[in-house]
Amino acid sequence: MASPQMVMYDEEARQIQLVCDRLSRDANAKAVLVIDKNGQPIAQSGETDHLDVTSLSSLTAGNVAATGGIAKLLAENEFSGQFHEGQKTNVHISIVAQRVILVVLFDERSSLGLVRLRVRKASDELTRILDALVKKAASSNAPSVFAEITDEDIDNLFND
Amino acid sequence: MSFINYSSREINCKIVYYGPGLCGKTTNLQYIYNKTNPEAKGKMISLATETERTLFFDFLPLSLGEIRGFKTRFHLYTVPGQVFYDASRKLILKGVDGVVFVADSQIERMEANIESLDNLRTNLQEQGYNLDKIPYVVQYNKRDLPNSAPLEELRSLLNPQKVPDFPGIAAMGDGVFDTLKAVAKLVLTELKRGG
Repeated sequence: MASPQMVMYDEEARQIQLVCDRLSRDANAKAVLVIDKNGQPIAQSGETDHLDVTSLSSLTAGNVAATGGIAKLLAENEFSGQFHEGQKTNVHISIVAQRVILVVLFDERSSLGLVRLRVRKASDELTRILDALVKKAASSNAPSVFAEITDEDIDNLFND
Repeated sequence: MSFINYSSREINCKIVYYGPGLCGKTTNLQYIYNKTNPEAKGKMISLATETERTLFFDFLPLSLGEIRGFKTRFHLYTVPGQVFYDASRKLILKGVDGVVFVADSQIERMEANIESLDNLRTNLQEQGYNLDKIPYVVQYNKRDLPNSAPLEELRSLLNPQKVPDFPGIAAMGDGVFDTLKAVAKLVLTELKRGG
């Protein structure tokens, strides 16, 4: 396989959640999302009840991938951040540790300057957590629960 | 690249529908969307031009139920089929777990099929994948059209490695779920093998 499987454990999920909660509070944000580069949501915080997080994650990842493609064409490594200004909601998107995407939604209660400042700190924390997660996943020799999946289990999924 | 979340007990996988322009990739997803229970699906997103040609991708999140206490979620994507959107196709293949190649059965689209299949192989290689090794199925779509080529001819041209293949009429739903189930099974089997 080209890329190793991404995994998330309870401990790291909790740590990432804490960083999101703090960022959401410190940046006066409406919501904070952490998404993997393939568009899978990892964590969310703030006013997310009314948000379609799955769609937002997929579109953001598509957007980041397209922007990354543009960067490559321009011989840039990557554009580390993006900012979209709306009438009510603004979106700040940044790549953390070249692995995940950090999205902050904010309105007039905050400002781009404050969001940037808080994102920088949160990014450092997330980088540490993600580095540890990668090491942990690589060194884990616990048998995967999926090794025990039987063909019958898989067939059962598709019984109409 | 599947994403296994032990914290929320979820398995997330990405399936990409590939194929030449107008072969019916979006139609496959639309049919799945229309026939799936509301609680098992999310919103279908189509980034399309004004004339409804796919510009970047279609996206449909789908839940298939639980396996050993883990929710299985499949994210279905289509690529834009038109030749000049190659840069976008490459992006969408990133992190793919399984591929469906939708072929257009019409005789006059045979060259387009072959070109698209070559393009799939090349683009996968660029990402470090080998089409012969990843979960992969083929659908021969538009079987209802009078100018469709015989299945055997399509098979020998487009599926020499004999992966699971299905005749389809995506607009009517024929073969759509068979195709999806086959690729999803292959993806889960790969996961089981520790892929």
